[in-house]
Amino acid sequence: MSFQLDNVGLRYPNEQQALSRITLGAGRGERIAVIGPSGAGKTSLLRLLAAALRPSDGRIEVLQQKPWQLSSRALRRLRCRIGVVHQKPPIPGRQRAVTAILAGRLGVWPWWKSVLSLIYPADIDGAEAQLARLELADRLFERCDRLSGGQLQRVGVARVLYQQPDLILADEPVSAMDPTLANHTISQLVNEASSRSVTMVASLHAVDLALHWFPRIVGLKGGAVAFDLPPVRVSDALLRDLYASESSVPPTQGLEPLALPEPGFRHAMPRKFLSP
Amino acid sequence: MMATHAHRLDPDALKRATGLLVGLLLLWPLLVLSQFQPAALFEARNLMAMANFLKGFVPPEMSADFLGRTVTATIETLAIATAGVALAFLIAAPLALAMTRALSIARIGPGPGRHLSDVLHAIARVLLVSLRGVPELVWALVFVRALGLGAAAGVLALAITYGGMLAKVYAEILESCDAEPARVLLQAGSRRTLALLYGLLPNAAQEMVSYTVYRWECAVRASVVMGFVGAGGLGQLMDQAMKMLNGGEAATILIVFILLVLLADAISAGLRRQLS
Repeated sequence: MSFQLDNVGLRYPNEQQALSRITLGAGRGERIAVIGPSGAGKTSLLRLLAAALRPSDGRIEVLQQKPWQLSSRALRRLRCRIGVVHQKPPIPGRQRAVTAILAGRLGVWPWWKSVLSLIYPADIDGAEAQLARLELADRLFERCDRLSGGQLQRVGVARVLYQQPDLILADEPVSAMDPTLANHTISQLVNEASSRSVTMVASLHAVDLALHWFPRIVGLKGGAVAFDLPPVRVSDALLRDLYASESSVPPTQGLEPLALPEPGFRHAMPRKFLSP
Repeated sequence: MMATHAHRLDPDALKRATGLLVGLLLLWPLLVLSQFQPAALFEARNLMAMANFLKGFVPPEMSADFLGRTVTATIETLAIATAGVALAFLIAAPLALAMTRALSIARIGPGPGRHLSDVLHAIARVLLVSLRGVPELVWALVFVRALGLGAAAGVLALAITYGGMLAKVYAEILESCDAEPARVLLQAGSRRTLALLYGLLPNAAQEMVSYTVYRWECAVRASVVMGFVGAGGLGQLMDQAMKMLNGGEAATILIVFILLVLLADAISAGLRRQLS
């Protein structure tokens, strides 16, 4: 198992219940998209999986370990194996893209290598290779505050690709990109996950992206799992119900109406996205 | 219509007015206690006394012999200030690292080791307060007793007091900048020092450098005061000039001070430009 949540609940200090009774597990190499209206608890769920938040109740196991029973050294080693793509990549504005990407390996490099890398980047080729996959290689030495929102998100993705984690978690990783780029970026994440057969969980606002790229869709509503189905079985009615509080139609990229093709079609991965 | 709609009053006005009144009431007796009587400055007798004192300052002493001694003393003062601030930095850096809550790994979750982290935090705080609480002049007196007259006493006194001050302000600068980049690095398994270098310093370095240069400038002035108790440099020269009522020599030394402050400004501006 890559992770297992049993009856997990999360209450914030202000008594707000973010998640309740979540039971969810994933085997090695599974790819899961988490969808749902804003405030449904998508980010909280990902932070639980990242061992960044301690659940208020229930049991949690990530990469065969119970994070909150580990020593601080073992917890640090576990965290090195989890890569998180953030919606707004928290990178200092003055930092250059190359440094921000190399920071993905801070947990595994010996400390002197990380310090020397601030003086002269330790692995320019490695950082460039990951950025090139996202068609941003020309901005390798650009300061991050000179990048657009979508470019910065791709630097964040490149950092996690460079980290080579055993569990990829992505929180709205492509929210600032146009549909073509978003598709390409997700395809690279999917590619990485499947070629190294590591588990990936991504929360996505655009339902069409989720249905297209992920063999398993988890709908989250009001901090609870509303459904957990393969995309072929995610019906129009289920989606309408999931997003009922937010809008009459499920959100998609560029607000194109969601075309639900014939059952049996959507779970097949189009060839063109598999070979970038 | 108008009669029914009363103007709304600022509900906080009374609280603010009370605060202001209490502040003034507290300030007044303090001014009386400190014998603050600005009018006395302008009484004819006092004006005459000041004028006579200042008249002794012109013309500044410009003999080659005295200028030579001034240059030697200036170099000694710069050496004291620079060595003192460098040692202070070595004391301040680990203390600031220990004090900055944004870099606390145990706070994530919260995870293991948080009680130990709280204890270390408290120890660092006590250490800081005791370093800062004793004025550098007192330390200088202590070290002059121990090490004899000379620059070494001044360097140690500066290192100790300024170490405390630098650590406090460094920690405050680090706390005030965006903590998210460092927290995310810690969540990916990075060590504390590396999270500081990759997550916080890019945003904080400029302010920390300019505060350090300002402290160096203060150290130049402080080394003068300590010179009066025998800790070497321009202060010792100034002390001799004052004791012999030689205003010309004092004026020359004052001109050197002003030049040193200008130098500090130029260095600070140059370094800030480099970092921006």
